Amino acid sequence: MSKEAVQLALPGFEQAQGRWRAEYNGQIGTDRVVRNRSRIEIRPLYTPRDWSGEAFLDGLGFPGQYPFTRGIYPTMHRGRTWTQRQLIGLGTPEDYNTRVRILLDAGATAISLLPCNSGFRGVDCDEVDPVLLGTCGTVINTADHMDRALDGVPLGSISTAMNDPSPFTLLAFLLAVAKRRGIPWTAITGTSNQSDYLSHFIANHMFYRLSLPGARRVLLDHVEFCRRHVPGWNPVSVVGQHMQQAGATPVETMAFTLSTALQYAQDCIDRGMDIDVVLRRFTFFFDISISFFEEVAKFRAGRRIWARLARERLGAKDPASWRFKFHGQTSGVDLTEQQPLNNIARVAVQAMAGIMSGLQSLHTDAYDEAITTPTEETARIAVATQNILREEAHLCDVIDPLGGSYYVETLTDQMEAEIEALIGKIDAAGGMYKAAEAGLVQSMIGESALAFQDRIETGEEKVVGVNCYQDDNGAFRARPTERPDPPRMSEHVARFKVYKAERSQAGVRRALDALKRAANSERDNVYERIVEAAEAGVTHGEIVSLLRQELGFGHPLVVV
Amino acid sequence: MTGQLSPPARVLITKIGLDGHDRGSRIVAAFLRDAGMEVIYTPPWQSIPAVVKLAMEEDVDVIGVSSLATDHLIVPKLMAALREAGFGHIGLVVGGIVPEDERPALIESGVSAIFGPGSARDHIIDHVATLAAEVRAVKDAALREIAQ
Repeated sequence: MSKEAVQLALPGFEQAQGRWRAEYNGQIGTDRVVRNRSRIEIRPLYTPRDWSGEAFLDGLGFPGQYPFTRGIYPTMHRGRTWTQRQLIGLGTPEDYNTRVRILLDAGATAISLLPCNSGFRGVDCDEVDPVLLGTCGTVINTADHMDRALDGVPLGSISTAMNDPSPFTLLAFLLAVAKRRGIPWTAITGTSNQSDYLSHFIANHMFYRLSLPGARRVLLDHVEFCRRHVPGWNPVSVVGQHMQQAGATPVETMAFTLSTALQYAQDCIDRGMDIDVVLRRFTFFFDISISFFEEVAKFRAGRRIWARLARERLGAKDPASWRFKFHGQTSGVDLTEQQPLNNIARVAVQAMAGIMSGLQSLHTDAYDEAITTPTEETARIAVATQNILREEAHLCDVIDPLGGSYYVETLTDQMEAEIEALIGKIDAAGGMYKAAEAGLVQSMIGESALAFQDRIETGEEKVVGVNCYQDDNGAFRARPTERPDPPRMSEHVARFKVYKAERSQAGVRRALDALKRAANSERDNVYERIVEAAEAGVTHGEIVSLLRQELGFGHPLVVV
Repeated sequence: MTGQLSPPARVLITKIGLDGHDRGSRIVAAFLRDAGMEVIYTPPWQSIPAVVKLAMEEDVDVIGVSSLATDHLIVPKLMAALREAGFGHIGLVVGGIVPEDERPALIESGVSAIFGPGSARDHIIDHVATLAAEVRAVKDAALREIAQ
């Protein structure tokens, strides 16, 4: 916004400001330079000379109206509060089922499923060290496993978030189960919330499946398949979370995430898909750090930029395509091992930043995240934190409650300008796919991570209990770590081996042959064959292994 | 920092098992490199035999294993594999998230130190430098014995 636009007539303003400035300078002595995590300089005071509200309709507008800075729906949290979406997944499918039923009995309307890390690596449970199985997610390798995990779960009436990276076998298993139960796929709703293969390649957390071109192909086939057969499913979740966890600043995170979304949208357009059909199903997934105002500005700026990109650059006509729907997860990186109960306070502040930014769903971390895999007790406190913020703190009474703050609006504008400049840099590199392939994004993130750590080492960035207010940590004793029950897990693996030996081998061979043919034919849809393979009893590891063979193995790019 | 080795300490920074969170391992690798050590860095998801092979080929003094999501549970198996290969003298440190009640098993297996979140840079550098010097002394003594 131009400076000319903000010269409101405010009689006496300059004199009052001058007086304040003199008093401020006199009392503060030598002022320190304050910068936020995105390295934007933060001044001690903001006034109508920074942001006047004159460009209100263009810059902010009303909730549910372009450019959606104040929120993507007219009623926001006053109408319907955010969805409480805690990520769960541990042990065997039966262990998961026990946990999910407790949540459903407590009134949950949406569930999530986090697979075991062996699944993320693309292998079955009989291919890894048993001691690692089910320690970070549920071991689900077949449609039968999914059936057991979702026993008694009303699939057609509950939204399911699958932490399901390419090639989306979890959704394939889910669809196979729905068919068995006679539930039409059109009734299935939810999100593939790990579909962003570029973020996996960049930040490494989840990646290690397919080559980049292979992953690109599978995602597009997945989008096309869902559009045709599972219209209530969100096949694309663009993930900023991994990059911010890996060290990207909030500005970098938003810029890289929007560049990724542009890449996927353009890929869909190039495939001949209708952009308005595709974009209405795009969702975003972000980290929320404890840098409170910066996070609020990040999300408000992101919402505005995305609306503009979707409408002007991608040519989407339907307002539903311009809406920046996002899930937020409080940042584990901000949590400390030292004085761990302090993390409850940190999570509350992070969650408040997300809520006051108008998020659509929220996961709050357990306070022992920096120490262990959360226990039932610590997970309960994380949920209670959300309940307290929703029910007691009056955060939902007003839409975009920080909107109109001179500071927040100025910062939103500044972050917006920096995010757009960085999107321009990625554009110049040929788009996000090429920028990631070349390691450009990874080096920027690596530099930011190191710079942030340097600021902690020098004490410029304060962390309570780590580089200041250190006191005796001995008083806290973590609860014993909960690990999957070894006999139950070995029983699960043994049963899996029997299953593989006893299923229809001819059916498995046919399905794998069809998948192989599809992978080698541009006209066939690979994901359709993956779903058929899931129905025929093919395992996750078998599907991934075949795709790696046909579409190329994914190798991580090392950038230190 | 404790006295610099000559030639400089050689450290392998790696991740074994199934998890890929590598912010910590990348930062620690940069710290040690900037402190004058020679750092060999691998991507995540290394197998234990691959780490043993690399440690032997690169003649490292210390291995640093980063674990954020339960991969520390197989660190004792790495230690055993090193011993079996005749390289039990290599120093081993672990960084990341290791629950309190699972630390003793690692220390008993021969892990020299566990650096949790919030560990100070200089503390890590000092420990690795000291450990590398100890390992180097053992290696040099063994070489002298062979030469005699």
